[in-house]
Amino acid sequence: MTAVPLPATAPPQWSPLLGRISLEQLPFLHEPIVAATFAGVVLGGIALVGALTYFRLWGYLWKEWFTSVDHKKIGIMYMILGLVMFMRGFADAIMMRLQQAIAFNGSEGYLNAHHYDQVFTAHGVIMIFFAAMPFVTGLMNYVVPLQIGARDVSFPFLNNFSFWMTTGGAVLVMASLFLGEFGQTGWLAFPPLSGRAYSPGVGVDYYIWSLQVAGVGTTLSGINLIATIIKMRAPGMTLMRMPVFTWTALCTNVLIVASFPVLTAVLVLLSLDRYVGTNFFTNDFGGSPMMYVNMIWIWGHPEVYILILPIFGVFSEVTSTFSGKRLFGYTSMVYATVVITILSYLVWLHHFFTMGSGASVNSFFGITTMIISIPTGAKLFNWLFTMYRGRIRFDLPMMWTVAFMLTFTIGGMTGVLLAVPPADFVLHNSLFLIAHFHNVIIGGVVFGVFAAINYWWPKAFGFKLNQFWGKVSFWCWVPGFWIAFTPLYIMGLMGVTRRTRVFDDPSLQPFFVVALLGAVLIAAGIGAMVLQYGVSIWKREELKDESGDPWHGRTLEWATSSPPPAYNFAFTPIVHDLDAWEDMKRAGVGRPLDGYRPIHMPSNTGAGVILAGISTVLGFGLIWHIWWLAGISFVGLIASAIIHTFNYKRDYHIPAEDVAAVEAQRTAQLERLGQTQGAAA
Amino acid sequence: MSAKNYNDLAHAHAHGDANPHAIGHHGEEAHGSLRDYVIGFVLSVVLTAIPFWLVMSGAIADKTTTALVIAAFAVVQIIVHMVYFLHMNGKAEGGWNMLALIFTGVVVLIVISGSMWVMYHMNANMMPMHAEQMD
Amino acid sequence: MSDATHSSAPLPDSIASASLAKLGKFWDLNEHDHPEGHSTMLGFWIYLMSDCLIFAMLFAAFGVLGGNYAAGPGPRELFELPLVALNTSMLLFSSITYGFAMLAMQRGSVSQTQMWLLVTAVFGAAFLSIELYEFANLIHEGATPQRSAFLSAFFTLVGTHGLHVTFGLVWLFTLVVQVSRKGLIQANKRRLMCLSLFWHFLDVVWIGVFTFVYLMGMLR
Repeated sequence: MTAVPLPATAPPQWSPLLGRISLEQLPFLHEPIVAATFAGVVLGGIALVGALTYFRLWGYLWKEWFTSVDHKKIGIMYMILGLVMFMRGFADAIMMRLQQAIAFNGSEGYLNAHHYDQVFTAHGVIMIFFAAMPFVTGLMNYVVPLQIGARDVSFPFLNNFSFWMTTGGAVLVMASLFLGEFGQTGWLAFPPLSGRAYSPGVGVDYYIWSLQVAGVGTTLSGINLIATIIKMRAPGMTLMRMPVFTWTALCTNVLIVASFPVLTAVLVLLSLDRYVGTNFFTNDFGGSPMMYVNMIWIWGHPEVYILILPIFGVFSEVTSTFSGKRLFGYTSMVYATVVITILSYLVWLHHFFTMGSGASVNSFFGITTMIISIPTGAKLFNWLFTMYRGRIRFDLPMMWTVAFMLTFTIGGMTGVLLAVPPADFVLHNSLFLIAHFHNVIIGGVVFGVFAAINYWWPKAFGFKLNQFWGKVSFWCWVPGFWIAFTPLYIMGLMGVTRRTRVFDDPSLQPFFVVALLGAVLIAAGIGAMVLQYGVSIWKREELKDESGDPWHGRTLEWATSSPPPAYNFAFTPIVHDLDAWEDMKRAGVGRPLDGYRPIHMPSNTGAGVILAGISTVLGFGLIWHIWWLAGISFVGLIASAIIHTFNYKRDYHIPAEDVAAVEAQRTAQLERLGQTQGAAA
Repeated sequence: MSAKNYNDLAHAHAHGDANPHAIGHHGEEAHGSLRDYVIGFVLSVVLTAIPFWLVMSGAIADKTTTALVIAAFAVVQIIVHMVYFLHMNGKAEGGWNMLALIFTGVVVLIVISGSMWVMYHMNANMMPMHAEQMD
Repeated sequence: MSDATHSSAPLPDSIASASLAKLGKFWDLNEHDHPEGHSTMLGFWIYLMSDCLIFAMLFAAFGVLGGNYAAGPGPRELFELPLVALNTSMLLFSSITYGFAMLAMQRGSVSQTQMWLLVTAVFGAAFLSIELYEFANLIHEGATPQRSAFLSAFFTLVGTHGLHVTFGLVWLFTLVVQVSRKGLIQANKRRLMCLSLFWHFLDVVWIGVFTFVYLMGMLR
């Protein structure tokens, strides 16, 4: 390999005013690829800002969205954040595929090592923390309060703050693209590589602080949703009458609250090593890099279930709705979810079987890992039995669900294979592992998010998504996934390792070319998906759904209008059965038509934006060692938080007349459809 | 026609079964009494003093036994604090506080004992020497 | 998919009282607001549980790395148990005085609540001062956090606890001001109860610290 200049190996210069920032830290000055991206982002950004200014949308965005404490709007903002970051993460993915497809026969490819290492690190970090996490948090935020018949979450301000903290973390990751560098350590930043001896630049610091800022948001939103589910359920909704999605959301948030602090603690220790010079994970003075691996996987394994559990909930809702049947084995589904929640704390070592534990430790964790596949398997049978003898409607959400079942099952089986320690010794760190976890994350989480978007979009916006482009996207994605990752399974079995930039063995090239083709097909799928959203918005009148219940849903979110009013329900529903809305429909009960009361609601506030903004600046100051900036923003953060607590007036009442006016519109809407109206109270 | 009766009917229903609205109103949180605080304080002082005395005086010759005894004292004292200062019981917040505490306790136990098991195993396998010899 | 008439047939125009009863069966026609802050205590408790996990990891780090002295000083050379005992007593006193503040709050006495809060703050500040004195001594002797993994883990665990106490103090002073401004309104009572949980929780963590770090350290 020819020597490639590595801008980050020497410790950067430091000045009191700008910290480590200098002209050398602007990669677009010397990397053409980054320069082109930068130009694109700048032009796009100017166009966006210009358009927003021209159409005078800033005030609207600030008042109606950024400062909103409405769980529905926050949920939608999470989904948008997830989509934007998903595009970024996918751009990284296709760059890697291209590099690996051409770096043969002496070619260095088009990415130097410094750049390539950042790309694979950023890809993992972004996809997990800033695409998948916002997706599942957004879904839970949007759907859970509606499903439990509540008007908002327990702590609406905290919800807004959590969202902006997550966004702040994403902003820091994106900033690393154009100012400085990102980590070159892989997505979990194992020391000693991530220690200051081997990563003296800002890359790992970007990694640490973006995750810390976003992690605060994630933990708080977990606390918020647990409290919401426990305290705000509609009367009569006992635990065993909770919709499955709400159950999975509860378990996911329990996992979030009981595992993200672990990540916080580990990253604090790593930053102490880097900033203070402690010796937790160093090679000297008694430090143990292996302890980092142990600790971060204690978070890392529950994290996997944080992503997949709510998606299991989505598939449960979709399967039951589109089969026109009550979910088969609701109770077993709930117990399986709870069992997975607990077991997910007993398997973390399977991520490092090869690190050197003895047979007893490896066997213990191998066996617990195999055990955890049992409740997951039970869930699959539940979905299959729900479909069995159901009147299945193959709309897009159901198509994604079936694709999930086929794909995820294979991913699960390769997972059980990896759970066998001797097999893992062969396959560890190989492309087989890469194929396995993409198989479960794409086949599970991503397909599930698409199912959920297609399923709940009409609820959020009052019109369905275009079927044609949705199907095009589906038929690009599913085969695209298999074409992209089957070669990785094969190469993994042959021993090809992950994160490799250049290859010597020319016989591997065809596999990588096929994988690239798969990635291109997936890109087409993403394109079709964007088109689907665009076309649907364009033709929203044709796709309009006024009923509020386009899929013949079974749970309470379908009992209100689409989009729901700010207060969700004029009267709180009373639950007598699982599938409460189906129960209401069967009983032939409509909505109350008068007797409205003022509704108590939380007020919007800009405090979340401000606090998260200051936190992001604090992170930036720490990343670049701009101590004055970090100090000022730290003091500012504490002061703003205290000032915020002096604001005691955080709520208001929607007057009964306003509720009556909104509900009258809804009545007129339903009358046009000739639907049951209920009675005057 | 007055809907009042029906409202009452709805109400009876709403608050009849396990209803989250019915719990968690103000003033229902557990409060301590002066007696609770004083008992808790006296017990804590005793439960703190004994382990300190055990270690400082070396009353028990065997160190492992001493360690086990003071660990037991710590566990008892934590329970005392939970009961008398944090007012834990199975009823507050419909039992959710207790459930959260038990779950956290289990996870804490898993991560601490698991980490130590895993890491000592790894040290034993990879570095055939005792910690004291490392530098 | 566009038919939306899947629910039952429309009701007759004259709505029978039976259907009204049905309406009342499925909709809470007589509901009242969720009282403000009805979830706060539970939410704060869950937050404390998550904080517990942070401490759990720091204890785990100490448990694993606590014997790695790297040929530097160990607990026997560094720890002074009388000082730790004094420190522990400060925290214990602050616990019971916070309890007295809560009792005063229940009686509705603003001035006594504030008085006991400030007494608690004095004990808290004394605890922090003793801890800082201990840290300064250690660093002066060359036992810095950078010296060995044992010392890194020690300073981080004990320091994180101390940082929590510091934030508790900031919060406590904020509440003293808020109570004097607004009195013992429901919102302030709730906040005082949250801080009570926080303060006693730090006590519980300290039991783990003095037992597993200091006392067991002396046994090593």
